[in-house]
Amino acid sequence: MSDTTDLPAPTTLDIEAWTCPAPVRDRPRVVMGHGGGGALSAELVQQIFAPAYGGDVLAQMGDAAVLALGGARLAFSTDSYVVRPLFFPGGSIGDLAVNGTVNDLAMRGARAAYLSCGFILEEGVELDTVTRVAQALGAAARTAGVEVATGDTKVVEAGHGDGVFVNTAGIGLVPAGVDLRPQRVVPGDVVIVSGAIGVHGVAIMSVREGLEFGVEIKSDCAALGGLVDAMLAVTPDLHVLRDPTRGGLAAALNEIAAASGTGVVVRERAVPVPSAVANACAILGLDPMYIANEGKLVAFVPRQHADAVLEAMRAHPLGADSVIIGEAVEDHPGMVVARTGLGGTRVVDLPMGEQLPRIC
Amino acid sequence: MCLAVPGRVLDIEERDGTRMATVDFGGVVKEVCLEYLPDLRVGEYAIVHVGFALQRLDEESARQTLELFAELGMLQEEFGDAWEMAAAEAGVEPVTEAPADETPVAEVLAEEVRNR
Amino acid sequence: MKYIDEFQDPELARRLLDDIRATVTRPWALMEVCGGQTHSIIRHGIDQLLPDEVELIHGPGCPVCVTPLEVIDKALEIASRPEVIFCSFGDMLRVPGTGRDLFQVRGEGGDVRVVYSPLDALRIAQRNPDREVVFFGIGFETTAPPNAMTVHQARKLGIGNFSMLVSHVRVPPAIEAIMSSPSCRVQGFLAAGHVCSVMGVGEYPELAERFRVPIVVTGFEPLDILEGVRRAVRQLERGEHTVDNAYARAVRPEGNPAARAMLEDVFEVTDRAWRGIGVIPDSGWRLSSKYRDHDAEHRFAVGGIRTVEPAECRSGEVLQGLLKPHECEAFGTLCTPRTPLGATMVSSEGACAAYYLYRRLDLPAAKAREASPVV
Repeated sequence: MSDTTDLPAPTTLDIEAWTCPAPVRDRPRVVMGHGGGGALSAELVQQIFAPAYGGDVLAQMGDAAVLALGGARLAFSTDSYVVRPLFFPGGSIGDLAVNGTVNDLAMRGARAAYLSCGFILEEGVELDTVTRVAQALGAAARTAGVEVATGDTKVVEAGHGDGVFVNTAGIGLVPAGVDLRPQRVVPGDVVIVSGAIGVHGVAIMSVREGLEFGVEIKSDCAALGGLVDAMLAVTPDLHVLRDPTRGGLAAALNEIAAASGTGVVVRERAVPVPSAVANACAILGLDPMYIANEGKLVAFVPRQHADAVLEAMRAHPLGADSVIIGEAVEDHPGMVVARTGLGGTRVVDLPMGEQLPRIC
Repeated sequence: MCLAVPGRVLDIEERDGTRMATVDFGGVVKEVCLEYLPDLRVGEYAIVHVGFALQRLDEESARQTLELFAELGMLQEEFGDAWEMAAAEAGVEPVTEAPADETPVAEVLAEEVRNR
Repeated sequence: MKYIDEFQDPELARRLLDDIRATVTRPWALMEVCGGQTHSIIRHGIDQLLPDEVELIHGPGCPVCVTPLEVIDKALEIASRPEVIFCSFGDMLRVPGTGRDLFQVRGEGGDVRVVYSPLDALRIAQRNPDREVVFFGIGFETTAPPNAMTVHQARKLGIGNFSMLVSHVRVPPAIEAIMSSPSCRVQGFLAAGHVCSVMGVGEYPELAERFRVPIVVTGFEPLDILEGVRRAVRQLERGEHTVDNAYARAVRPEGNPAARAMLEDVFEVTDRAWRGIGVIPDSGWRLSSKYRDHDAEHRFAVGGIRTVEPAECRSGEVLQGLLKPHECEAFGTLCTPRTPLGATMVSSEGACAAYYLYRRLDLPAAKAREASPVV
């Protein structure tokens, strides 16, 4: 159908002529979704980075790489931090830069030992701001028990950055007998989440979208090394850990399902969502399962250890609200399915790109 | 279409000649334009869409609807009659009480709604 | 949240379902008009819980899905201009125009901003007097009053750098068009509750009578939808066809008179093309001549943009209820939310995307195709 607005209006619809256009397939440029931790991010890695770099270690595609070096197993990870605002309820880009990388190492079972820290500063940003970020970063490192061992600073012209960008890389030792990776997941594994989800993302959004909360919603940003140690003390035989950051719980579960080749079933009512998070999501049309967390982990644990691990998690301050939310199953391999409160089911897909407020 | 959520008015003020309210959505507070519900008062609930209050929520209707749902189980054998719906819509209290042993969740809920 | 949590109670849902099962004696096809209802149905798995006799057809009530390609192209053209700050609801950024979308325009340097409310766009205009601020005014009768008020305020406050690209659509002409189609299978409608919160129910008795079809005004929570289905099925079983309000807590018969008055002042009814469907007479609103100064189509002279919609997607049939999303050959293979062929796969409340996101599990054929994707 062409030039529809020029056609005489039909009195009845011609169904045979109903059409819909073919849209954008290949994007020639980067869009925000490429950094959203969802499907577009995965494409970027799989189609551009991995083929260009090659190598077996990169193919692990974990939160951190585990490397054999001089008889030891090292976990090694890097992450860049671009967050607006730089300071938000419950933390700052400095806290994120430490805890994010420390947690990436912890998800492989490693206690972070040393960090590198690179600052990219925009010309014109106040030194006071840089100071506050650096102090927050230093304090977070001390709390996490990690030392900033090397660093770098670059300045870009005004307008070519967003105030402060931070990159950190970290290394840590993986204890003997610990082998955390999604390929070890088997049907029957119990899925545990370490507490309420969606809090960090909603805390950030509250600033951006002008939402206020009766009860203050603070980012859950925290270093999870201690919690992971407590879990590994119960048994080194945990199968996989993941911190559900960008893309939220949905992305973390999808990555594990895809890499392990098992299905995952989640009981929706068991997933801990604070009412303020649920209600903020209701207003903005978002799903809490896709909202970022910075101080939570999701664990796939062999069934026989589940109760003991859960108990150990609950005994730790950062895991006090840990709950079992589901299990790995043989059905629908690679797919995450939620049982809804009413008893129906739905597929929980990998998010597409960045989460945007919607009206419908 | 039309993601709209119920919220309760906390306070009201004029801004730039526009009637605005702070509205509480279960612990989340947001600015809302009241121009379309000028007589909405503090404490009342409204359906809010893209920052505008569009319709007042009627507590009595909500209560009746939930009561009707709670009574469905026991009225089932009489389906075909519209009396229970008519009664609910007219605001008449239902004449039958549910058996105590049946589906406590719904009963508790209906009771809660009555007491609210 | 009050008025939401109570309407998600599983036990009450079971009672409603029992009642529907006890009432239904033969197959009925109901259309939920609103995409928000489609989203809720799939999100909560309601269609799986209903008896087999009740078929829910997902209607064309997703404003993102039906906004015509030509209007998207106009938006892309305007958003690309260096002097423009283009503001939109988040939903519209992913919708493809010819060759690109608003995300892409932003990637190319366009100033495209997501806003929660049209009033946010007006504030941006006030704060940036040296820029042209354009708001993408899409949506049904629920979204039209906020957009109308925003244009009205711009005029009242003399905010000359604010304009709106308007592509509003109206529900009743769409119902009429669907029912007038010779191949229509719809036997009852769940009307869009929030549209009726604004417009009231006055437009529906004539349609119910003319097409002898029950129209039940329905809300969005699981219990609301089940109640809408229950009342529609009850009418159909009795051979009735009246307008019934199952969402009385938010819908009054007269709607919201203040909002309706504003709509009449700011907008005028026009024919509108629905993406994937075609022109439906009197189915849209455009800015009335009084507000021409704030009409982005005039300000940026994009009236000349005419776009041909290529015939590659069967979403029109899906919107009409003639085809289930998974029955389309392209579903889940050529056409996914990442590589949508049509707008029904773009919006999270589009029928195809809803099926893709939540229903793939039940679709062995689609799953098999996914295992060996064509792309």
